[in-house]
Amino acid sequence: MANVLLEMRQIDKIFPGVRALSKVDFTLRAGEIHSLMGENGAGKSTLVKVLTGVYGRDGGTILLDGKETTPRTTKEAQECGISTVYQEVNLCSNLTVAENIFIGRQPKKHGFIDWTTMNKRAAELLQRLSVRIDVTKTLDHYPVAVQQMIAIARAVDVSARILILDEPTSSLDEQETQKLFTIIRQLKKQGMGIIFISHFLDQVYELCDRITVLRNGKLIGAYDVDKLPKFELIAKMVGKSLSDVQDFEKREEKSQPSEEMFLEASHIGCTGSLVDMDVAIHKGEVIGFAGLLGSGRTETAELLFGIHEITHGAITVNGKKMHIKEPMAAMKQKIAFCPEDRKSSGIIEDLSVRENIILAMQAKDGMFRHIPYKEQVKITDDCIKLLNIKVSSREQLIRNLSGGNQQKVIIARWLATQPELLILDEPTRGIDVGTKSEIQKMAITLAKKRGMCVIFISSEMDEMVRTCTKLIVLRDRRKVAELENEDISSENVMRAIAGGEG
Amino acid sequence: MKFVNNLIASKYFSFFVTVLLFMILYAVGIMTYKGFMRPQVFFNLFIDNAALIIVTVGVTFTLLIAGIDLSVGAVLALTCMMLAYLMENTGVSPALAVPAVLVVGTAFGAFQGYIITKFDLQPFIITLAGMFFCRGLTAVISRDTISISNPFYVGIASARIGVFGLGFVSVGAVVALLVLIVAAIVLGYTKLGRTIFAIGGNESSASLMGLPVFKTKVLVYTISGFCSALGGIAYSLIMLTGYNLHGLGMEMDAIASSVIGGTLLTGGVAFIPGTLFGVLIQGVILTFITFQGTLSAWWTKIVIGALLCVFIIMQAFITAHKSRLSSKSSLEQTTPKNGPANP
Ligand SMILES: Nc1ncnc2c1ncn2[C@@H]1O[C@H](COP(=O)(O)OP(=O)(O)OP(=O)(O)O)[C@@H](O)[C@H]1O
Ligand SMILES: [Mg+2]
Repeated sequence: MANVLLEMRQIDKIFPGVRALSKVDFTLRAGEIHSLMGENGAGKSTLVKVLTGVYGRDGGTILLDGKETTPRTTKEAQECGISTVYQEVNLCSNLTVAENIFIGRQPKKHGFIDWTTMNKRAAELLQRLSVRIDVTKTLDHYPVAVQQMIAIARAVDVSARILILDEPTSSLDEQETQKLFTIIRQLKKQGMGIIFISHFLDQVYELCDRITVLRNGKLIGAYDVDKLPKFELIAKMVGKSLSDVQDFEKREEKSQPSEEMFLEASHIGCTGSLVDMDVAIHKGEVIGFAGLLGSGRTETAELLFGIHEITHGAITVNGKKMHIKEPMAAMKQKIAFCPEDRKSSGIIEDLSVRENIILAMQAKDGMFRHIPYKEQVKITDDCIKLLNIKVSSREQLIRNLSGGNQQKVIIARWLATQPELLILDEPTRGIDVGTKSEIQKMAITLAKKRGMCVIFISSEMDEMVRTCTKLIVLRDRRKVAELENEDISSENVMRAIAGGEG
Repeated sequence: MKFVNNLIASKYFSFFVTVLLFMILYAVGIMTYKGFMRPQVFFNLFIDNAALIIVTVGVTFTLLIAGIDLSVGAVLALTCMMLAYLMENTGVSPALAVPAVLVVGTAFGAFQGYIITKFDLQPFIITLAGMFFCRGLTAVISRDTISISNPFYVGIASARIGVFGLGFVSVGAVVALLVLIVAAIVLGYTKLGRTIFAIGGNESSASLMGLPVFKTKVLVYTISGFCSALGGIAYSLIMLTGYNLHGLGMEMDAIASSVIGGTLLTGGVAFIPGTLFGVLIQGVILTFITFQGTLSAWWTKIVIGALLCVFIIMQAFITAHKSRLSSKSSLEQTTPKNGPANP
């Protein structure tokens, strides 16, 4: 048995109103990839942050190499050989890419920072992750996926013995993920201990050696991956019996769209991004935009919501021709858009969960219409129940929620506007398995019961196939295929993406 | 178009605009007034504004971490007063008085920084309190003006350092230049400087990256305190007095200069040469008024007010323009390898 790098014993962490961790044990061996699993708000990130000194702990001991240690700041943790990519973006957008990777340990010449060497080394490092970008540009030039890779590059470069990755893949595509896995496996061979947190079960099974399961801040157990079948893992995470969990996989019967058209976009496009898209959405339809990252899925959604103005084509809503110049115009037409990049945009940190949910409603109704407190409470509570948001109270500050629960609040915000067309861009990223299937079911139910139209954008083929009645496949910012009913299958989508038209 | 876009998106756009404006003003001056051409007019800008340059550098450090220091003018006044009092009323030699006031200013800055950081307080309020405190203390030392007559000090004050035979500068101007150079090096080429930028960009990120946020923030206010005291010395070299109302409102001049030079109040963006030109623009306007002869010096304020307004609006436009550009470039980034299908 490989030697134990890290042992956390009986860790307690109490936040006002929540016991985030109670008596959690965790052991990490050298040369192992260890996954921390649990629902949103189970305490995974908290455990990591207790380890790296972001939070102080309320009880328990941490042994590094058998010696008791208490890193009190992230700096001390780094000095102990713990390198971390946190769940929230932790880079500075005003600094260059190279600097973001090297800040705090910049190469020096004659006592001053050696920019040339730094830029060169940063480029080399990113090359290993197959990211080819100009490292002298500031970080804000690059999309989230690239930023995520940069954060990873920063973490893997230090001569650490423990590497912690808290949902590193949530904004990466398949290729990027595989690159990352290659690097992780190399580091594992060098004897590093790696903690990997993710809600993608497949990735966990592909990569990890052991799994520690948390639920509601309590330790459920630590298991070898090959001795824990997927269903049992899910059952342990959500705390239900095996048979209940198998129900998750059951498909909700898809909705039957009506003949009535809600929105029709013909030949729309935007100079420099999208070319000649046709979209027709009927009432009660769940329509999926499939394609690789950057294929134009998000851009199409953004055009429909008026984030960018269309330069050609026309949009008809409810039979009337509309010029949607700005999001407010779209909102007036009862269109709601829940954006993909919820990590960095979307939440207003210092407002409560209730205020965050009410926000879009308030904006739609105008700033001066008063929404009675009682109504606000009701809407909030409904959403909390529907989306299974883990909060200590509806007045909790949103910044104190776990990452996944913050995302749920954003979805709730748009649901609360009671839209006729709800656009969900990657709604299940970073969300635990149980809620994932709840969200898929919710999309179908909303379409069936309320006749709502839903645009569902996701990189997980499975969930698209399961939920959508129509799939639009995009490649290189144009539509390459439209699949309906029986034609919807992973193979067909793959084929369309690969190039065999239709 | 691409060139223009790149120029606007460049980090140094504000700086270019400021320099351009400075040159235009100067050119207009040369064309309008005889004598504006003399190199000494240019050197005088440095001589007259030595104190403001030094103080502005300190303020720029605090603005960089999205903080502010309102106490600089008052610390400057206190420094002048302490110098005058020590040398005139107690007979301490300048060799002792100068280091002593530097220590006091630095310590005061460090104290403010510690309070702000330790208790996570608004720098605006704490340094406002600091400003009242120092102003009050200055008046307590003496209500009346104390003139400095120490021969050695007066000698330094009137020393002329020749510049290639074109003219001369004062000791204060040389100190100001040194401060500018050191500040630019610290900000560009040391860990401390880069950490300051990181904190300004995103404080919580900086702390998650394991940077010494607490220490650095305290240090920034310490630097500002030091610069105020040093600025005070430069100021006393010009005025040769200690007076309760010295440097009144100087904190605002410093902030304005810094902003005109391209500093963002939201933190994380500043450029030391820009800061210099921010000060010089104010100097040029004042020179204009001197040459003109009949206008009141208050016109400087009016022009600076208008300029400030224009610059802030310009910065807002740049920021908006940049985010538009970067959303476009992120589209380009994610273009699949085989390139866009559409010509
Ligand atoms: N700073 C804080 N203040 C108060 N409560 C907090 C704070 N941070 C986390 N919590 C609470 O602690 C619990 C655990 O949160 P944590 O972030 O560890 O969850 P997680 O397992 O990482 O979930 P996710 O998968 O959504 O990221 C949650 O109930 C959350 O509301
Ligand atoms: Mg988390």
